[in-house]
Amino acid sequence: MMRENGIPRGRQKARDLPKAPTGIQGLDEITGGGLPKGRPTLVCGGPGCGKTLLALEFIVRGATQFNEPGAIITFEETAEELAQNVRSLGFDLDRLVKDKKVALDHVRVEASEIEENGEYDLEALFLRIGLAIDTVGAKRIALDTIESLFGGFSNMAVLRSELRRLFRFLKDKGVTAVITGERGGGSLTRQGLEEYVSDCVILLDHRATNHISTRRMRIVKYRGTTHGTSEYPFLIDEAGISVLPVTALKLEHAVSSERVSTGVPRLDRMLGGGGYYKGSSILVSGTAGTGKTSLAASFALATVKRGARCLYLAFEESPQQLARNMRSIGVDLEPYMKKGLLKLQASRPTFHGIEMHLVQIHKIVSEFSPDAVVIDPISNLSNAGSMEDVESMLLRLVDYLKSQQITAFFTHLTSGGRATEATDVGISSIIDTWLLVRDIELGGERNRGLYVLKSRGMKHSNQIREFVITPQGIELLDVYVGPDGVLTGSMRAAQEAREEADLRVRRHELEVKQLELERLRAALDARMQERADAATRRGADEMKARRKKQGQ
Amino acid sequence: MTATQRKAVSDEQRWNLRLYTAGQSPKSLAALNNLKRICDEHLAGRYHIEVVDLLKNPRLAKDDEIVAIPTLVRKLPQPLRRIIGDLSDVERALVGLQLKPRK
Repeated sequence: MMRENGIPRGRQKARDLPKAPTGIQGLDEITGGGLPKGRPTLVCGGPGCGKTLLALEFIVRGATQFNEPGAIITFEETAEELAQNVRSLGFDLDRLVKDKKVALDHVRVEASEIEENGEYDLEALFLRIGLAIDTVGAKRIALDTIESLFGGFSNMAVLRSELRRLFRFLKDKGVTAVITGERGGGSLTRQGLEEYVSDCVILLDHRATNHISTRRMRIVKYRGTTHGTSEYPFLIDEAGISVLPVTALKLEHAVSSERVSTGVPRLDRMLGGGGYYKGSSILVSGTAGTGKTSLAASFALATVKRGARCLYLAFEESPQQLARNMRSIGVDLEPYMKKGLLKLQASRPTFHGIEMHLVQIHKIVSEFSPDAVVIDPISNLSNAGSMEDVESMLLRLVDYLKSQQITAFFTHLTSGGRATEATDVGISSIIDTWLLVRDIELGGERNRGLYVLKSRGMKHSNQIREFVITPQGIELLDVYVGPDGVLTGSMRAAQEAREEADLRVRRHELEVKQLELERLRAALDARMQERADAATRRGADEMKARRKKQGQ
Repeated sequence: MTATQRKAVSDEQRWNLRLYTAGQSPKSLAALNNLKRICDEHLAGRYHIEVVDLLKNPRLAKDDEIVAIPTLVRKLPQPLRRIIGDLSDVERALVGLQLKPRK
């Protein structure tokens, strides 16, 4: 490493370090804008880690997206092989070469054909590289992999001094270079290329833990720039490389007080009237068969009914099976899938490593741009990694979704017997609204109960509701709370029937009493009438007698 | 000896050498001088040296997969041989050009 006064060179000019954007999703974010412009970057890693692809993608994207022509000097694969290898990623190298946007040169170094005699240098290689750069006016160059030279020449002293000269030459040419190198025992590269490239070193890795392999990338060094130092998982798929920046996420996303319906009117009321907050994170946990998926599907349906977009990631059921099952409870998702508002994506949790799931979810989310994401269930992810891994992945996922104002809905299967709250402690802190569905076993029946364990920032009901799945969807009923505790299911029904019977008896008694009263009143009335009549009669007699007296 | 046979013999004996250089660098000049000396001594009258200056025409480096300078390519007789360096070791150069058997 070249240092001046113990300070890495370049650091003095940290602020105005120009960068060449890679165009690779995520990589520009962790490097703060791209690779050091006009300087060489070393990309190293074991076989099959994706270093050639990274170098090629840098060139191709430079030529297609940033109007920076590039040169590719390949030492291993021929130009045809290279073009073929990247065609599957949608890169048309032949076309770019034809359009004079990319220059390709395959430098073949075959030790068996070369006999050394006396002094030599690699001037011809320089001339070839210079030619490739000049033909297209390249601003970027990829050398893949320059270590092949070490197999072709035996004079190490010449080779090393020539390599040093090469990097100086590239800097003088002002090209941003990506040099790939094979990872070797103990050091970053087998031939110690890092000794020559001191500006930026990226290490790629491809390792398997618990039989699940994950590609990772780490910026070992980036002179003059603050950069992420963690290992970032990355993905190679039909669109090339995508890296997931994880620590770049901060806790400063905008919050919304807009509410989104849960899909269950009664539950909306339990949550203070409106439902979940838009962009919040919701967890439904419960043991098997408590209706978590039904709640998730109801939420998804409510989302798409509003005309919003919903991404449903199923880790247990295939999309068809899920759609069929949900139709049976009156949640018909299919029309919305056809309309493109709902995307059902099913995959096995063990298909990728845990980090890969995160990268994949990121990718789907950025492509589909949903308003809500449902993951059903997250507990299955622990098959693909340890619980800590899952927690850290979920934390980053929730952060990401929140930053995008996407409502996140998770279900979590808790195993029976354990305290429901305890098992989920790890993820509790990142969850805003937590619903718990649980079995209530009573009177030889198993019924479902739902309550709101917590719901940040809103007034919410503290009552347990009985949770009934009907062919028309989910209904929440009041549970009977009496001196004997909570009653559900047929016991609640029986209690209600009993109450109704009581009511009927009381009503009957009331009617009887009323009749009696009426009878009494009638009798009284009759007597009153009698008395009045008698009085009238008496009065008339008296009048008659008085008149008689006066007349006399 | 028929005409075709004579032609075959002369083709076999004819040496076609190409020396890749980059301008008038000391190594290039040394290589050319050493090569001329070897040829005059061992291949008098039946050799042809073509000097290719890659500084003037870098495109030609691709044809013979030239990486190092100077590089001597024996085009004829077959098979193709490549020697890099200024040919200062005459003994080795002779072996390399197959003018002397390998010890």
